[in-house]
Amino acid sequence: MDIVVIGSLEPLVVALQTAGYTVVGPTVKDVAVRMAEISSAADLPADVGDTQRPGNYRLTERGDGMVFGFAASPDSAKRFTQPPRQTLARMRGRTFEEPREEAPRVALLGLRACDLAAIAVQDRVFLGRHPDPAYRRRREALFLIAVNCAVPGGTCFCVSMGTGPKATTGFDLALTELAAPHRFTVEIGSDRGAQIAAAIPHRPATPDDLAAAEEVSRVAATRMGRRVDTEDIQRWLPAAHDSPRWADVASRCLSCTNCTMVCPTCFCSTVEDGTGLTGDVAERTERWDSCFSLAFTELSGQPPVRSSALARYRQWLTHKFATWYDQFGTSGCVGCGRCITWCPTGIDVTEELAALRGGTEGTSCIR
Amino acid sequence: MTPVPYRVRSRRPDRADTVTLALEPVTGPCPRFLPGQFTMIYARGVGEIPISISGRGRTGTLLHTIRAVGAVSRALCLARPGDVVGVRGPYGTAFDVAGAAGLDVVVAAGGLGLAPLRTVVRRLIAHRSRYRRISVIVGTRTPMTLMYPRELARWRAAYDLDVQVTVDHPDHAWPGPVGLVTKLIDRIVFEPRRTAAFVCGPEVMMRAAADDLVARGVPARRVALSLERTMKCGVGRCGHCQLGPLLLCLDGPVVDYERAGGLLAVKEL
Ligand SMILES: Cc1cc2nc3c(=O)[nH]c(=O)nc-3n(C[C@H](O)[C@H](O)[C@H](O)COP(=O)(O)OP(=O)(O)OC[C@H]3O[C@@H](n4cnc5c(N)ncnc54)[C@H](O)[C@@H]3O)c2cc1C
Ligand code: SF4
Ligand code: SF4
Repeated sequence: MDIVVIGSLEPLVVALQTAGYTVVGPTVKDVAVRMAEISSAADLPADVGDTQRPGNYRLTERGDGMVFGFAASPDSAKRFTQPPRQTLARMRGRTFEEPREEAPRVALLGLRACDLAAIAVQDRVFLGRHPDPAYRRRREALFLIAVNCAVPGGTCFCVSMGTGPKATTGFDLALTELAAPHRFTVEIGSDRGAQIAAAIPHRPATPDDLAAAEEVSRVAATRMGRRVDTEDIQRWLPAAHDSPRWADVASRCLSCTNCTMVCPTCFCSTVEDGTGLTGDVAERTERWDSCFSLAFTELSGQPPVRSSALARYRQWLTHKFATWYDQFGTSGCVGCGRCITWCPTGIDVTEELAALRGGTEGTSCIR
Repeated sequence: MTPVPYRVRSRRPDRADTVTLALEPVTGPCPRFLPGQFTMIYARGVGEIPISISGRGRTGTLLHTIRAVGAVSRALCLARPGDVVGVRGPYGTAFDVAGAAGLDVVVAAGGLGLAPLRTVVRRLIAHRSRYRRISVIVGTRTPMTLMYPRELARWRAAYDLDVQVTVDHPDHAWPGPVGLVTKLIDRIVFEPRRTAAFVCGPEVMMRAAADDLVARGVPARRVALSLERTMKCGVGRCGHCQLGPLLLCLDGPVVDYERAGGLLAVKEL
């Protein structure tokens, strides 16, 4: 794989814009890093760091001018691969129209290895047994620029999930930010990536550049805040369905749905129906849904299947880490830590899994 | 995710809250389907719900038997001949009727569960000689709510089928058995180790029937159930229909009891 070095991000942003992409990257909005359109590299959050703990997120000032010196933000690529709302179909008179809007050409700048892994998970969901053409169009219109993590967050555990901290696949370009002098190595991951790289001022990477970049990822891997023991998890987790730990965690869970909203792989949705004011067009709109909502398993005339918070939390965690394998041949978790950081009561999936695994002796196996 | 326009060819009330709609595409032929499969039917502006295919109509239409229980099903039950609805599918796994060749067959239905099972029985009698004894046992709330009574009578009379019906609440004219459909298992003849069973109805009824059949020696893998969970998409992307490792729209609705038994035994899975 080709690796070059650039001294500044501005030419990259300009080259992407010239190629017709809207460039979306990390920006500071309110009190968090959010993915938003940037018009120049100056919009990127230089000198911003973060601290992340269960239920806690704070921005900090780094003092070293690094541009990507923070960990996973509440935004992932999900909003772009699976929009929070999308029109599925329209009925006009007696005919149906499939909306075939052209997918916006967006360059996502600053995705982390876990974010790329999450896109690969969503690919399996939406391009699997019934491939979704709208997803495919959006996906193909995305240009993915990864940044290798230098400072993992306190809630990250990508190393134990096998997804990071270094981006190894699934990107067009992957940057590693280096200090003294401030520069970026750029790894080229696709033909499109090579074209953009060719259009900006760069020099070949020296052995020193490459060694420095490797060192960033090596150190990052040793600084993971958390880990999950995934050994045999597909078997033991569903089998732990009657563990007393579920009632314990359910007593702390508010069913607020935050974890599912920030999770970059959670894909569940529901559909809303409506007719316009004039009544001649009826529309079907898909929007994000959450397995924590009571209506998720409603059956008319009966109580919802998962009426208790216990059952809903158990469904979420078991699906993420175990039954996702049965359905999509992969873990549903990529170890980004977002659900831990953004849980208002600080529920930590790594801690829950460790407690559940500790207490699995003697439980029945249901599969 | 875009429905195909289907015209309501005919509408027949089955009982007070249930109608059978015969649907055909506005243009083009009706798709093929397998017994036990379902479609997603859309009522304009109201919503889309999963409904089992309950048979092939005389002119090749797809029959759907729908009970009005909420917004969408009520709108569909009110559809008139000529109206256009949306249909996607057929989707899902099927009852393996051909796989029951050479075996005794038990078809056990509770209430509206007879709708998808009617397609099973129709296939069985189309090739009657391939199967050994065939028993159809049906449970219903009252004699008035029995589905397809004339067709049941025809099966009994013409095709060497043992058809038995039990009711929860008899009226004074009811001559037959009273109680759960599992009671009828005592009254039919089958050799458990050489039996295939097809079961559809409320979940408690299916579990009771399956447990009873398995206890008598029918292999759990030959007891097929049609399971019901909320479904918004039918194609494995909405996430609502999960039952443990299964996405019931893709891995079901028809699941054998060897797979489903342990999952259904977990409360609120
Ligand atoms: C595979 C399958 C086959 C089915 N076959 C038939 C059939 O042949 N005939 C028939 O009358 N009914 C059938 N049902 C049940 C039927 O889908 C529900 O009665 C229907 O969804 C209720 O929708 P509603 O809008 O009228 O009711 P509401 O109570 O307003 O329901 C609101 C929403 O909840 C969901 N929902 C509620 N109940 C159910 C349910 N039982 N199953 C799935 N989703 C539900 C639906 O998304 C529905 O739109 C089947 C269900 C499944 C899963
Ligand atoms: S489950 Fe939590 S840690 Fe895993 S991918 Fe989702 S948000 Fe990230
Ligand atoms: S974010 Fe925390 S409280 Fe909210 S639903 Fe998830 S686990 Fe429960």
